[in-house]
Amino acid sequence: MRTYVILIVLVAAATAGVTALLLNVATRKSEARTPFVRLVEVDEDTTDPAEWGKNWPKQFDTYKLTALATRTRFGGHGGSEAMPHQKSEVFPFLPRVFQGYAFAIDYRDRRGHAYMLSDQEETERQEVPQTGSCIHCHASVMPLYRELGDGDAVAGFEKTYAMSYQETNAMLHELGHGHPVSCVDCHDPGSMAIRVTRPGFIQGIRALAEGDAPVPHLPSIQRWREGTRTAPYDPNADATRTEMRSYVCGQCHVEYYCSNKFKLTFPWAEGLTVEGAEAVWDSIEFEDGSQFHDFKHKETRAPVLKAQHPEFELWSQGIHARSGVACADCHMPYMRDGATKVSDHWVRSPLLNISRACQTCHHFPEAEILARVENIQSKNFQLLQNAGAAAVDLIDTILATRAEGATDAQLAPAFQMQRKAQWRLDYVAAENSMGFHAPQEAARILGEAADLARQGQVAALRWRSGGAAPDPR
Amino acid sequence: MPIVLALALGVLLGLGATTFLYAEGASYLSTDPAACANCHIMQPQYDSWQKASHHTTATCVECHLPDDFVGKYLAKAENGWNHSKAFTLQDFHQPIVINEKNSRILHENCLRCHGPLVHAAGAAAEGAAPRCVRCHASVGHGETTGLGAPWAGVDAESAGTVND
Repeated sequence: MRTYVILIVLVAAATAGVTALLLNVATRKSEARTPFVRLVEVDEDTTDPAEWGKNWPKQFDTYKLTALATRTRFGGHGGSEAMPHQKSEVFPFLPRVFQGYAFAIDYRDRRGHAYMLSDQEETERQEVPQTGSCIHCHASVMPLYRELGDGDAVAGFEKTYAMSYQETNAMLHELGHGHPVSCVDCHDPGSMAIRVTRPGFIQGIRALAEGDAPVPHLPSIQRWREGTRTAPYDPNADATRTEMRSYVCGQCHVEYYCSNKFKLTFPWAEGLTVEGAEAVWDSIEFEDGSQFHDFKHKETRAPVLKAQHPEFELWSQGIHARSGVACADCHMPYMRDGATKVSDHWVRSPLLNISRACQTCHHFPEAEILARVENIQSKNFQLLQNAGAAAVDLIDTILATRAEGATDAQLAPAFQMQRKAQWRLDYVAAENSMGFHAPQEAARILGEAADLARQGQVAALRWRSGGAAPDPR
Repeated sequence: MPIVLALALGVLLGLGATTFLYAEGASYLSTDPAACANCHIMQPQYDSWQKASHHTTATCVECHLPDDFVGKYLAKAENGWNHSKAFTLQDFHQPIVINEKNSRILHENCLRCHGPLVHAAGAAAEGAAPRCVRCHASVGHGETTGLGAPWAGVDAESAGTVND
């Protein structure tokens, strides 16, 4: 009797185990068969990510995590304090080179995508009038552009530079689209296909295609150039899937002009290099005949440039782009969820996710990979500090020689050196990878920045010996 | 009481057979590469193999399992257990990484076909040379997938010392 009871209990346990396994297999099979269920309809005007989240909860769950504070050795937000630290705490040269520009007032380290709109609304840079162009990259803005352009998004977009930020922002909220970058900005609501929407990017990449700068990492542009060119380059139709996985990020993580004299412009006609963008800016003349500039340096009065955050451009110069690795491969790597493969929508530093982001290709332990990255970044950090110190020294030298009696005409060569040096310095300083996206290119740019700043000092000091300043090399 | 036990055993047997069929258990006894991607974890490996150079000459099991009958089924059983356990419990490292034992099996299979060619270079000697895929990482799964190269033998002690 006792033996029978024990046997029955054992058989029952085994049966329970097999049933559990059967259910587990069934769950995995259904996951693989039905990756999502379309519970609600979404369309071009559905900017609320929570609506999309009803259909695609796995992606939405990770998207929401961009609200978490994350920090790596060189970037991000520590977590305990309410706001990220001022960048000037780490880079003391920044407020000095930005004298006369809003970035001297408030310039904090980055936070996740979830904060892009609220941070922009709250920054103390808003003390200075800002243009409506800024909304392009801080909100789910396409419905607003269509409203402003009577259905034509590009026409609406081209109106916003002349509007104030406050007016544009108020309209955005009134229309109910006050969301940070959202699903609809990168996905077709009908097919969920990845796509680009931002007019600034579409116009910029078109200008890049129509130029002849080499873009070996963007083969679809090469193919378009060799083709009939009957229609302009259209990333949504012409680009490969791999390119699209970088283009979506390139809609905003780029250098651009964003002020009130003309529309938001990506300077790509001469290529994706620091010199290419500089050539485009230098070729533009304002209506009053003055040289294009983002601001006049308050102390030296030199007309200088402000770099935004050229991640897409610097990545373009690096080994990962050359090897066909897209932004999303490292910043939104694939992850397993049961039997399905999901792109991680918690867009963040790959250093916070080394196994999925790096180890797919780099078969080394995490500690080894982290050490290699920090090796690159700490060298870039040092070069950045050196170039920053040189830029500050140039400002001091210009002020000293002016105090001794040098005229602006005599100092003009030094002003141009300040412009070139600060542009290169800021190009790397504002870029969010501490040089990692293209280490050698970043080092080259910072080497030039320091050299140009020192040349500027020589040009200014030449005044003391009574000689005319030499022409810039 | 024997009747109750017989019924219970019958239920277990029926359920077990159903589970086996539903989970396509028999497919794992075959050599069909598609079976390796049944659970979708190996989908990138399966897809990339179809585009790689060895697609025409070798299937999954020809590279990843020993050639002899006993060794093959022992390895099948061991990997089958490891993989089902990991997939059921969802507790495995991502990206998936080949383990030392399977890496050795793989190398022996390289030599099974290419041994005569590389023998002179000393590659066939046990422990005397790096494994073939150290350099020929792309032959099984293509150039661009990042699959196929062995896990680099950086030990925990020397890892992370680039800065020093």
